[in-house]
Amino acid sequence: MGGSGGGAAVAPPQNIMDIFVQQVVSGLATGGIYASLALALVMIYQATDVVNFAQGEMAMFSTYLCWSLLQAGLPYWVAFVATLVIAFVGGLLIERIVIRPVENAPILTIVIVTLGLVFILNSVAGWVYSYIQKPFPSPFPSKPIKIGQIVLGAHDLGAIGVTLVVLLLLFLFFRYTTLGLAMRAAAQNPASSRLCGIRVGWMLALGWGLAATFGGVAGMMIAPNVFLDPNMMTGIQIYAFAAATVGGFTSPFGAVVGGFIVGVTENLVGTYVSFIGTELKLTVALAMIIIVLLVKPSGLFGRSIVRRV
Amino acid sequence: MKRAGLVLVLAVACALPFFMSGFRAFQFTQVYIYAIALLGLNLLTGYNGQFSLGHGAFYAIGAYTTAIMIDKWNIGYGWTIPTAAVLCLVVGFLFGWPALRLEGLYLALATFSLALAIPQILKYFEHWTGGSQGIVLSKPKAPFGLPLSEDQWLYFLTLAILIVLFVIAANLLSGRTGRAIVAIRDNHIAAETMGINTALYKSAVFGISAAYTGVAGALSGLAIAFVAPDSFTAFLSITLLTGIVIGGLATISGAIFGALFIQFVPNWALDISKAAPWAIFGIFLIVFMYVMPRGIAGSLRLLWIRMTRPAVVNRQADRDVSSRSTPHST
Amino acid sequence: MPALLEAENLEAQYGWTKVLHGLGFAVETGGITAILGANGAGKTTTLRAVCGMVKTAGTVRFQGQRIDGKATEDIVRLGIAHAPEGRGTFMHLSVEENLRLGAYVRRDRVAIAADFERVYQYFPVLVQRRRQQAGTLSGGEQQMLAVARALMSRPRLLLLDEPSLGLAPLVTREIFRIVRTINKEEGVSVLLVEQNASMALELADHAYLLETGRVVMSGPSADLQRDDSIRRSYLGY
Repeated sequence: MGGSGGGAAVAPPQNIMDIFVQQVVSGLATGGIYASLALALVMIYQATDVVNFAQGEMAMFSTYLCWSLLQAGLPYWVAFVATLVIAFVGGLLIERIVIRPVENAPILTIVIVTLGLVFILNSVAGWVYSYIQKPFPSPFPSKPIKIGQIVLGAHDLGAIGVTLVVLLLLFLFFRYTTLGLAMRAAAQNPASSRLCGIRVGWMLALGWGLAATFGGVAGMMIAPNVFLDPNMMTGIQIYAFAAATVGGFTSPFGAVVGGFIVGVTENLVGTYVSFIGTELKLTVALAMIIIVLLVKPSGLFGRSIVRRV
Repeated sequence: MKRAGLVLVLAVACALPFFMSGFRAFQFTQVYIYAIALLGLNLLTGYNGQFSLGHGAFYAIGAYTTAIMIDKWNIGYGWTIPTAAVLCLVVGFLFGWPALRLEGLYLALATFSLALAIPQILKYFEHWTGGSQGIVLSKPKAPFGLPLSEDQWLYFLTLAILIVLFVIAANLLSGRTGRAIVAIRDNHIAAETMGINTALYKSAVFGISAAYTGVAGALSGLAIAFVAPDSFTAFLSITLLTGIVIGGLATISGAIFGALFIQFVPNWALDISKAAPWAIFGIFLIVFMYVMPRGIAGSLRLLWIRMTRPAVVNRQADRDVSSRSTPHST
Repeated sequence: MPALLEAENLEAQYGWTKVLHGLGFAVETGGITAILGANGAGKTTTLRAVCGMVKTAGTVRFQGQRIDGKATEDIVRLGIAHAPEGRGTFMHLSVEENLRLGAYVRRDRVAIAADFERVYQYFPVLVQRRRQQAGTLSGGEQQMLAVARALMSRPRLLLLDEPSLGLAPLVTREIFRIVRTINKEEGVSVLLVEQNASMALELADHAYLLETGRVVMSGPSADLQRDDSIRRSYLGY
């Protein structure tokens, strides 16, 4: 992942700056994908103290559903939007039906339930769609875009664009709508929210729905690069964990920034540090996690946990 | 009455290997091995409240210690087990020290990262570990010419070690040490103010927990007679975590229940569905958590309390209403 | 005329521990009722029981309708507002957002805007701080915010849990003065739980005295204020 887009051979030699810019843009593209998935993880964590291990698998499954819609002949953007809607409803239903029975159970119990979901989604995807990799189309042209000497993949730029649009819509929703305010309130203080008449359970379900939607966006944007496969999101989820750790698990904004940082860092390290081949790329993510945890566990934008006795 | 029950179970356990195939005996040996590992992890996570998603690392250290000692230095397998224990004790303690700063989720992330890195680290130090090929061992024979097959001998060896380790854990957890350990989990600030050296305790528990899991790893190296990096992926750590939650956090018997679950349920799932066995396993996990949110041992305990407790106790509410510090249920 | 809020044989428990034993009390329409008692007597639990925040047995009626067993969010929508123990402030949201949440169940935009004005008139300090994070407000200001937020839902019944807790007497007096005004001018009935008995008895018309989850005395507040032996043994002055 993180390779630069486009396949045409470039004749004139590029200088260091050009290559650098290309890698940064490429890193931002994958970073946007990590950001989306990290945002999903953080949204649910903030509201429930639970890390949804199944976030990646839900994203993978949504992407497969999109594939099915495309196979059925729907134009790309129609399938894209339809998938987002399906993902939203799916996430909402999963919270109401699968998570709700254990919502007051100890945290680890809920975590094991999300683990169960991982197995189910992965296995069913493999069963229905087989484990053979499938190509997934990109809505963006395959011809690279040239800006001066710099060659940029249209898909990379498109992915960055889609990520930013989705994030902007989310920001506007949370900032300026009553429902968004209610969701924020329910995540921060469920007891007081109930006293305001907010149906906290449904706010949680909406949160899961939104989280599943970002996961879907992430899946559909990365699939053209890595090919569709039931295990495609496993590695990406680890990067998303790194992103949320870097940015701060208690800060949605941090998760997004963290995503971009991880994406760019991963790409630059992969390009400039010679012994990090594709094998050890994951190590970069792990190293970032460990470093952040040693220096500032709450991440760049996270709130340090204040314990009240 | 509890004593009598335990003796009966033990008697059955000792009789079992003579009535089953070598493979079945091997499966039960694996159950005991998991139980030792789960007890270790439960000590750390269930009783002391430190979330570890990386115990597979200690399992691996134990297994490779055994393998390297036998394969490279020709040391008898009997010595490898205590060595694995001591090595893991030290490594665990040393890891526990910097981990003191990390709570809950953050400790889980750190240990998870460790678990992810293990296979790569093992492959990197090829000269010692044999790289991706791993190391092949031979199963130890019964000593003193006892009329036991290799599988049966390993069964009894593992069972014996299990019993010893369980008794040690039970003793550790009853009395002042146990209460201190649990106090740290429930409110470590309060524990600190009561004079408990939380730093020392937490690191020590980490070490002991690692030692237990290391012993389990060593035994598994002997039982399977083979170690390779891909046996010790993050999946192993997640399996161990699953085992203690299903078995029951902060219970000793939970280790056995959890071990039985992680050993046998995947096989049942395969019997039920060849096409999507892990989906069945996932359903098992979810259903278990619905029916027994506190694990098998936890739910049994609750049942026992419900049956023996008299009607609702009328006690003065000397504790004013206080909401939990985490923003979750009222 | 039946009381606005009536509780009969109200019991409540936390886990295995029963905290309220067969309580009976009422709040008249337009009245102010106080529930007094020492720490741990069960006063806060009583308010939580009315709002369905704790496991209960017995009956609670609001405007003749039974509300025991209902979910908190549904009870609140019937016209009860609760300023809880500890104020229940949304710490990371702004003052204005806190107030908006108070009006969450309402749809009448224009009236909500008018209510913002009203509430700012009662508590001018909140106007200055409207965009500030609520967590940065002082204790007294947060208490005002809690009452203001409760008012934003235009309740018929206001539940106040220990408004004087941790506040300087002057600030408490101010809050109590505003509560009296709200009661007189807008007809909002009040159920007040307080440790500061003297101030509470001055404000309320009727009072109940709780001891370990039971009502041991009740009557018009004037009576309780006058009775020397009660004053000395239960109220400490």
